[in-house]
Amino acid sequence: MAMDLKEIEALIKEALPDAKIEIQDLAGDGNHYSATVTSAEFSGKSKIEQHKIVYNSLKGKMGNELHALAIKTKE
Amino acid sequence: MDQQIKDLINSEITNNNVCLFMKGTPDAPQCGFSMAISNMLKILEVNYKGVNVLENQSLREGIKEFSDWPTIPQLYIKKEFIGGCDIVKEMYENGELKKVLESKEINFKK
Repeated sequence: MAMDLKEIEALIKEALPDAKIEIQDLAGDGNHYSATVTSAEFSGKSKIEQHKIVYNSLKGKMGNELHALAIKTKE
Repeated sequence: MDQQIKDLINSEITNNNVCLFMKGTPDAPQCGFSMAISNMLKILEVNYKGVNVLENQSLREGIKEFSDWPTIPQLYIKKEFIGGCDIVKEMYENGELKKVLESKEINFKK
């Protein structure tokens, strides 16, 4: 199963409207992505909490439809 | 998650100061992300236990619920969830991982 880059971006954007999102399809297979997400929402939160916000925005797709999404969060 | 899996996870993170839930084993990781954390720990010469979630489907699902984290690998140090591949890699690169090991009194190559 694979996911479209735009779909990932839209889901993150929905949860974090202010976010600046850069996504790369690492292998060109629609299955291995890397996302850099910058949002003021991350301020004061631990890395674990920041990544959880991104995971939660993907509504359970992480680990299922989406095999690999490397996440980098910035405040 | 059934109690048996919860007990198993608790006993692994209690009995092993550094415990990595991973796909495959430290000698033969089955996934690039698991291999990445394994390699970082090896470079730092940290004594760690690799728990292969591929050998136990209930554990594979259970650890995600236990940590409230959707992906594997997952690194625990002294019973504390440290993070998955991205976070640990970032911590390795910016020196934070060494600080955590130091503060938790885990031996590693300085």
